[in-house]
Formats: sequence, structure tokens, C-alpha cells
Amino acid sequence: MRAWKFGDDVDTDAIIPGRFLTIYDPEELAKHVFEGTRDAFARRVKEGDVVVAGSNFGCGSSREHAPLALRGAGIRIVIAKSFARIFYRNAINTGLLPLACPETDEIHDGDEITVNTAEGWIEANGKRLPIEPVPDFLQRIVDAGGLVEYAKAMDTVETCTGSQR
Amino acid sequence: MAATVVEKIFSSKCGRDVRAGEVVMAPVDGAMIHDITGPLAVRVFREMGGERVFDPERIIMLFDHQVPADSIPAAENHVFMRAFAREQGIHNYDLREGVCHQVVMEKGHAAPGEVIVGTDSHTCTYGAAGAFATGIGSTDMGFVLKFGALYFRVPESILVEVNGSFPRRVGAKDLILAITGDIGADGATYQALEFVGETMRSLGMAGRMTCANMAIEMGAKAGIVPPDGTTWRYVTTRRDIEAFDLASDPDATFAEFRQYDVADLAPQVAVPHNVDHVVEIDEVAGTAIDQVFIGSCTNGRFEDLAEAAEVLGSDSFADGVRVIVVPASREEYMKALRAGLIERFVEAGALVEAPCCGPCMGGAFGLLAPGEVSLSTSNRNFRGRQGSAEASVYLASPATAAASAVYGEITDPREV
Ligand code: SF4
Repeated sequence: MRAWKFGDDVDTDAIIPGRFLTIYDPEELAKHVFEGTRDAFARRVKEGDVVVAGSNFGCGSSREHAPLALRGAGIRIVIAKSFARIFYRNAINTGLLPLACPETDEIHDGDEITVNTAEGWIEANGKRLPIEPVPDFLQRIVDAGGLVEYAKAMDTVETCTGSQR
Repeated sequence: MAATVVEKIFSSKCGRDVRAGEVVMAPVDGAMIHDITGPLAVRVFREMGGERVFDPERIIMLFDHQVPADSIPAAENHVFMRAFAREQGIHNYDLREGVCHQVVMEKGHAAPGEVIVGTDSHTCTYGAAGAFATGIGSTDMGFVLKFGALYFRVPESILVEVNGSFPRRVGAKDLILAITGDIGADGATYQALEFVGETMRSLGMAGRMTCANMAIEMGAKAGIVPPDGTTWRYVTTRRDIEAFDLASDPDATFAEFRQYDVADLAPQVAVPHNVDHVVEIDEVAGTAIDQVFIGSCTNGRFEDLAEAAEVLGSDSFADGVRVIVVPASREEYMKALRAGLIERFVEAGALVEAPCCGPCMGGAFGLLAPGEVSLSTSNRNFRGRQGSAEASVYLASPATAAASAVYGEITDPREV
């Protein structure tokens, strides 16, 4: 897997600019992913490549077009020091796996990396770096294959009041 | 047990003591969808096997980002959403009323103690009404449309106490920019910001909305101003509800406590390309600008337009500066119209557009060319947000925007 390295505070406008928000098809969105920010990305990214970034990845707008555009481009994993809250949830919900790793400074653009989620580490430049586990309740959604699959199987949910909805 | 406002809201929703850090499946009181993120939410709702929405009365639908339709795909989205509203019996404000967050507030869809979600990151604006309101993605919204509930991790709160009176031509936007600069773009991630203190109490709803609106720019899940007389007056004139007390206990546990005194606050400006890159105005005064945008859910209300008009006085906007004024809603537009503000802006050379998001997100109109510089009263200056990735966007208050538009360069409103 090739690492595409980005800095801190990569916002969702950078991932997919506002003028493409009438598009919903991940593959069409992928043609414009990082347009104006990193134009080579959409042309050269390959299935299975990994986006690696600093802190606060996915800040800004709640647009789900951002994880969809990355998925459309063949990205299945984003590794960052930290994620913006809405992006993190959106990623989980749409089947893009956000992995928090405090030491992404050790990973450089173009590095070959290996990811082992089961054991909780990634490897780059011969170094093994720990990744933080995905919280339990989100892991259930990941295991189901995303929120859509998770919700499909249910007719009602039990709320915190104990009632069914 | 002592609790924060946010813990109290979730405790009351769940009928038991709920504390920060817990994950709860809470019923929601309201769900807002708009033209950009709504279509995806509806598709997800269907994919989840949804047939009827949980409660059409609790869904707020409107179009504001691409109105009137700026492209054929946008028009198709509108058609799609209208059909869904008809099918489900959802009231659709369509493109008539203005920017989602302003409309939710002024139509009385948000009240103290409620849990409200919206497929828009600035949903946190309704914290100004004492609600716990947060932005979610379209897939989460599909789930909400089906079940009327959603998972929440109850956030810790950062208490922000603000005291002192604002100097002339300095206000809520300068305050929230200063706070954003201090806390940083991810300094409040997963947390809620609670705004208290005499300055917050003295602010009207417009200024409180400006502050709550920008909570997300610090990564916060919500921004909340505990309700007081001002809140209840606003809410009870818009819907049938009895006032009650809702405040954090004095001994509640906060993640952090920050204090501000605004008595000496200077006008603040967020410089390209980060919202938390905030400086005092004298550091950037004199920067030439090509476009000024006065509007958005942050600063498109009557009070904001009045502030801009007061600074403008009887002047004209500088040649070579495009001034775009977009009131946040029809209600705010009508107030400005009746007060003669719209006439003044047009006379001074502005383009006044119908209520919508406008140039705020670089979608519908008012885009910037490479190399151009804009000063905007909105909430985000990310690279490419308002057009070309090679354009620059500065964020400031309506007073600073008006002063700068008159002189064609970033100008301290206290000096005009
Ligand atoms: S005015 Fe701007 S920030 Fe507010 S809802 Fe519209 S696009 Fe979003």
C-alpha cells in the first residue's frame, strides 16, 4: 500500500470542493478528490492506497461526499493523528476505516505501509507504530459493514429510555 | 449529582442520570435536512429499508445551498427532495425562507433542552436556543429518518465565561474569532462549549447564534448558551412552550474553564487558510481585497446588516470591490428592507441577493478567481472554500467587512 501523506487540519472542502456536491456517485466524486489541493492525487491514486495525515483530519463541513470521494478513489483506510468528529463517524458509516495513530510523523509520502488492524499496528520504514482501537459501539457498525447494513437488519431500535422506536 | 447543561439534557431524554463519556441511543426532537446533504440521507433511508419517516412533523426540510438552482443537477436534487416531502407528509420550506440554521431558529424548531440533529456541520447554531444540537452525516441522518434516534457520545463541556462590555464596533464575531484562535481548530473535538457570563447574557439572540455557530470550527460537537429571559422570549413567541430552568450546576465537572474579558477586545480577523489563524486587525489592515461578502448563518441577520450599514454611513463602496450582501432569511431580509438598509447597500454599490448560503461555500455564485482576495463574514476560510484554491479568504465581523468594503482594503472599523 502506498501512503499519500497530508498535513494537519485537512478539511472536507479540500477533500471535495463545494461545487461538486451535486454529485453522489463515489466514482464520479473520485475524479475531483483533492482537486485544487493536490491534483496529482486523483490521477495517480491506486486501489488500496492509504491516506496518511496529521491531526484533525476531515474538519469542517459535514459533507459525506468526502469519505465517499475517498472510497471512490480506492482508499479504504485513512490514518491520522486525530480525526474531526463528524468525519470520523461518516467514515465508519460509509465503510472507510479511520485509524488513529499518534505517530504519523514517521510516515512519509510514497512509503510502502502495512496495516494490521487485528493486532493494532501499522508498519512503515521498518518501524512498527501502534494504532488506537476503534470504540466498541462503532466497531459493531464496522463489523456489520457500515451503518446501512447495520440498520437494514433492524425494524426498531431500543433507545436510552428503554422504549422501542 | 452535579451535572452540566449537556448532561442534564441527555439525562432528561433518557430518564436517568447520564454522564459525559457515556454512549446513548437518544431519541431526537428535530432533524434538519437541506438540498445538498438531504438527497443522500433520503437514499440511505431507503437503503436501510425505510418506508415511512419516524415523524414527519419533526423533520425540517428546506433548500438553501444552491438556490435558485444553479445547475441542472441542483434542480434535480430539489425535485427529488420535493417528491420525498410530498410522499412523507413533511413540511418543506423549499427555497423560500433562507439559510437552514436561521430558519430552524426563527420558525421555532429549536427550544431549550431539546436534542436536534442536522445534516450540516453548523447545526450547532441552535445551541443559542439552549438546545443540544449537532451536525451529522447523511448516513446517520438516514438512520434518524428511519428510527428517530441516534447514538451519541455525551460530550464533556468546556466552560467559557465572558465578561465586560464590548468596545464600539467590536462584537460577538470578534469574540468568537478570538476564542477560536485560542482553542484552535481541534481544541474542542468531541466536546461541547458552554458560553456563560454577563457578556453572553447581554447579547441578543443574533450574537449568541454567531457564537454557537462557530463551535464546530473548534471541532466541538455542540455550542450551548444556557437559556435565560432573552432565550425564552425568543422561543415562546415562536412556539407553545413553558419556560423552565436549565443551567449547569456550579459544581459540575468541566473539561476546561476559560475566561474572557471583552472590554479591550480589538476587531479580530481569521487569515487564510485556517479559521483558527486569528490576528488582531492591525496585523492585516491595508490588505487589498477584491470581494466582500456580508451574510451566512454566522452573520446574515438584521443586527449584522444594521452593524454594517452603521459603519457604511452615507459612503459608497470602493471601486474595484464587489460587495455581495445576502440576508440569512426572508424574515431578516424584510426587517432590513423596512429599515431602509437594503436601499442603502444597493445605493452604495452592493449586490443584494435573495436569502441563501450564497458565496459562503463557493457553490452557487460569487466564486473567487485564482489570486483574488475576499473578506467574508461567514465562518470558514479553507483553501478553495469560496472558489479557486489559489484565492484567499479573510473572516471578520460585519463592521470590519463594511469598513473594508468602503476603503477597498482591510480596515479597522473603529477608525472610520
Ligand atoms: S451559510 Fe455557509 S456555513 Fe451556513 S449553512 Fe450555508 S454554506 Fe453552511
